[in-house]
Amino acid sequence: MSDKTPVTVLTGYLGSGKTTLLNRILSDEHGKKYAVIVNEFGEIGIDNDLIVESDEEIYEMNNGCVCCTVRGDLVRVVQGLLKRKGRFDGILVETTGLADPAPVAQTFFMDDDVRAKAQLDTVVALVDAKHFPLRLKDAPEAEDQVAFADVVILNKTDLVNEAELVKLRATIRKINPHAVIHTAQRSNISLDQVLDRGSFDLDRILEDDPHFLDVHNHDHPDHQCDPDCDHHGGNGNGGGGDGGDGEAHAHGDHHHHDHDCGPDCDHEDHKLDSNTHDVTVKSISLRAGEMNHQKFFPWINKLTQIDGPDILRLKGIVAFEGDDDRFVVQGVHMIVEGDHQRPWHADEKRETRIVFIGRNLDREKIERSFQACVAA
Amino acid sequence: MAIIAPYDFDEHVELATFVDDQPAFALVDGTVRFPTYNQQVFEANVGLLCAERSQDYASLVTGGEDGRVMRVGLQGVEQVAEQERKWIDVVSCGPNNAVGFAAGRTVWVATKDMVRQFDHQRAVEGIAFAPKGMRIACSRYNGVSIHWVASQAAPVDLHWDGAHTGVVYSPDGRYIVTSMAENALHGWRLDNVKSAEGAHMRMTGYPAKPKSLSWSPKGKWLASSGAQAAICWPFAGKQGPMGKEPKELGTRADAIVTQVACHPVEDVVAVGYNDGMVMAVKIEDAAEALLRRPGKSAISSLCWDRRGDRLVFGSEAGEAGLITVSE
Repeated sequence: MSDKTPVTVLTGYLGSGKTTLLNRILSDEHGKKYAVIVNEFGEIGIDNDLIVESDEEIYEMNNGCVCCTVRGDLVRVVQGLLKRKGRFDGILVETTGLADPAPVAQTFFMDDDVRAKAQLDTVVALVDAKHFPLRLKDAPEAEDQVAFADVVILNKTDLVNEAELVKLRATIRKINPHAVIHTAQRSNISLDQVLDRGSFDLDRILEDDPHFLDVHNHDHPDHQCDPDCDHHGGNGNGGGGDGGDGEAHAHGDHHHHDHDCGPDCDHEDHKLDSNTHDVTVKSISLRAGEMNHQKFFPWINKLTQIDGPDILRLKGIVAFEGDDDRFVVQGVHMIVEGDHQRPWHADEKRETRIVFIGRNLDREKIERSFQACVAA
Repeated sequence: MAIIAPYDFDEHVELATFVDDQPAFALVDGTVRFPTYNQQVFEANVGLLCAERSQDYASLVTGGEDGRVMRVGLQGVEQVAEQERKWIDVVSCGPNNAVGFAAGRTVWVATKDMVRQFDHQRAVEGIAFAPKGMRIACSRYNGVSIHWVASQAAPVDLHWDGAHTGVVYSPDGRYIVTSMAENALHGWRLDNVKSAEGAHMRMTGYPAKPKSLSWSPKGKWLASSGAQAAICWPFAGKQGPMGKEPKELGTRADAIVTQVACHPVEDVVAVGYNDGMVMAVKIEDAAEALLRRPGKSAISSLCWDRRGDRLVFGSEAGEAGLITVSE
């Protein structure tokens, strides 16, 4: 692990419960110190010198491309916070309800001074269970926030019935197949599900993402493991994700109450809630065998350069021909980073899997160009 | 020959300077220290974010996370202003002990008898007083706003796309130069701002953000950080640096310049690097003199005394020192 201060970004449309969650993080006895950057002190009921108010300042760095926008105020505030050593265990950034999460995330990759001291940990999206279907119709921001998130907290579930909840999960899955989904009421989520997740950390990326590694989603669309299903022994239990491969789905005690649509599900005839028609974000999951690295890197660079504005997030594991180590990639719009993660396990299938989440993505073109990178 | 008296403060040095000829250090923990003056330590702020020395060298002004703007001299601390629950992002000192300071999108100027407020559409990251103190330049996203300190006249807006983080006036008041988030300086010739081409000066090529700017005596040169050398732009002619090559002083292959400070009398620049080294370099022939070997962290502040015999420095890890230079 690096000694950089982890930063958690908290998004969520108006009324989704961000303030309640922040108040919990500030008041709970978790033994850690978090600085919280908010747009308005507003409802935060705690007077605390760890809360910083900051006006959202969107800076376009190069000719106004969406991929090059950062939060100028965060550059300043984060640097100010981190001049003093060991002052915080982490930083939380609350965005406004209407915010696009990309500039916040990009700040931690594009600004050299910030990147030297802080590291984006996780993007969390809070979703108001009662109003999310409506938001999908009238607020593209709400959909973007879910699409962008690593962790989605489906909040206020006490206000909806079981059937609605099933549909909501399916809708969220449709927007974002690899986010971890938790349910909550009054933001009563265990904080270790939110903080210090390492979602952007290439050493940890995808390790506890059962959906990403579950290769069976297409074969058993009606038999999906729920994202917050506990059947891999809780998160961070060492390679919970690795077990997702193969027929590791034999969990006798698994409750199949939530019939999720698989992450790759693209069934147009699926009997989802009509809200799904309002979903404009798509995900494209690619899978192949071993890649030729001389073809793969130019491909992903070109793709993200050209389609970057439409790509919200990407994550993947790559198996390269003649390489004993897993290679992992993650990206935000045009920013892509990748690194070797660990050796492939002997019982692991050497397979390449990448998920793109975005708008207007040409599935056929991306799939075809991806397959052209397969090692001969 | 250079003799160093080292200090170790264990906190990021925001400002190293001289107050009444005594070395003074403002640290991010909110203390201001005078190690040669009874080892005096004053508590200025709860969390210090910015600091600048007054133009008469008799005090320094700090701004903090506690919303307070404080003036610190050898005799103690006094409050200049307070904005509750605001972070004071920047302070600037003008003639006659005027103080400009900003929190977010608002700038205030405190003079002896009044405090005036100037609102902006975007956050202000830099403030500079014009040489006579009648006007202030406020750098912000997409340019600079120049206000009259004492009148309500509409500001003059200088536009250039991008994030302008710091701003300086040239000593003769003819130029304004900003440092930008995108590794460049941008300048305006103020006698010519009406003409589209004549006004702008774009100074690029920096591998890092050029955060530290310093004018040589009479404004002949503008030294800047943000590269492997101190980049010195010639401002002597009528056109400023346009069409001319800058001088590169103290070039090192393996380090980046983080601070520059021009000597108050001679054409010499003190150069501080990201590995803690400090050199003095003559502008004319780039002759170098090592003043301090590399240390634990980047030089974060550097300043000559009024005569140019002594130099103070501070670093991000809290190493600091007083360097006495003799021929």
